[in-house]
Amino acid sequence: MSVANLSYRAAFSLVLKRDLTIAMRHKDDIINPLLFFVIVVTLFPLGIGPEAQTLSRIAPGIIWVAALLSTLLSLDRLFKSDHSDGSLEQMLLSPQPVFILVLAKILAHWIITGLPLILIAPLLAVLLHLNEQSYSALILTLLLGTPVLSLLGAIGVALTVGIKKGGVLLSLLVLPLYIPVLIFATSAIDTAALGLPYSGQLAIIAALFFGSLTLAPFAVGAALKVSTN
Amino acid sequence: MSANLAANTEPALISATNLTCIREERLLFDQLPIEINAGDIVQIEGPNGSGKTSLLRILAGLSQPYEGEVRYKDQLITQSREEFHQNLLYLGHLPGVKGEMTAQENLHFNLTLHGLKINSAEIENTLSLVNLTGFEDSLASHLSAGQHRRISLARLYKSTADIWILDEPFTAIDKQGVKSLEQLFKAHIKQGGCVILTTHQDLLTFSPSQVKKITLDYLID
Repeated sequence: MSVANLSYRAAFSLVLKRDLTIAMRHKDDIINPLLFFVIVVTLFPLGIGPEAQTLSRIAPGIIWVAALLSTLLSLDRLFKSDHSDGSLEQMLLSPQPVFILVLAKILAHWIITGLPLILIAPLLAVLLHLNEQSYSALILTLLLGTPVLSLLGAIGVALTVGIKKGGVLLSLLVLPLYIPVLIFATSAIDTAALGLPYSGQLAIIAALFFGSLTLAPFAVGAALKVSTN
Repeated sequence: MSANLAANTEPALISATNLTCIREERLLFDQLPIEINAGDIVQIEGPNGSGKTSLLRILAGLSQPYEGEVRYKDQLITQSREEFHQNLLYLGHLPGVKGEMTAQENLHFNLTLHGLKINSAEIENTLSLVNLTGFEDSLASHLSAGQHRRISLARLYKSTADIWILDEPFTAIDKQGVKSLEQLFKAHIKQGGCVILTTHQDLLTFSPSQVKKITLDYLID
């Protein structure tokens, strides 16, 4: 055995692997948000009626709102269980930078909840008669947008993790932050349906992504320190 | 390096001045001075709710004191965070064990996270030291509270940190386990480390003069 300062990459992959292992053994974490997403989206044609025109008009909004809510539903798990069994304390007390550990946890959360959502979205788009030209826009906005949801959501969870029933507070904190992503993503998909370029909206979502990727982990680290105080 | 020599030539491992802690609008301790050197074993005493855990969390840097500051080798712990945490092992009253992972995986994660390289044979060996032979591959959720605590205490056997801060380490541990833990503490302070712990039991194998005591009884006037 030797003492070696763990490289940032090693620390990152250590936490990532751990969170993915836990998720694989606790499959509810993966299945519940996905099931919620599928159920919400499939309820709309039943409620509104099967006219292709109406459905294709509102499809981008339905898919994105459902994605947003299912992410919100899954956010709690990001830090809650670690907080209640004491492993969060241990992570904060480890000699690794909190930034790296937090980023790894957020990536794990996105792989568990965001990625399955993206994989199943095209199928649901068919169900909603989404315009054929919009598929690539849908996938691209989801690819860039869902990580933003995980990153921003993590700030909210970190702030509310110490509160016993922080669920409502969490939605109040996080949902307003999600609105820009929702607006630009659905706008991109609508624009694509008209056959127009939508790179402007994508660029803004990409900017949101990189902005939150670099800044959110710091905010999460600071929030966790406050929450465990 | 002998413990006494270290105390004379090196700054105190942990020192704190004017520590004041207020929780729920109650003053738990006021202007508390603390100095802990290499080779010290410090027992923090006090009735329930007197602020023992709060004090330990402040010393570990998990909580901020209302007033006062904590120093590690004369440097503020907020400024030398990584160095301090490299040299610190804190076990709170929550074991930090994930039910979805096996005993072995839990120990491996915790040790690696704190910068120790260890192979699986050594992990099995360490788990056997805390009487968890045969449970290496059981999910922690299938184990008892005492066994959870043992998984987290197993880290002590491999720790290279000088400062051990232990919050009620003997909870849910049987008599034999307590004895071997005390042996471990003895070896640790002999090597120039220090142990800060809270416990309601007396340390049996230590003579009273060996154990420094900090009594928190501010609430009871």
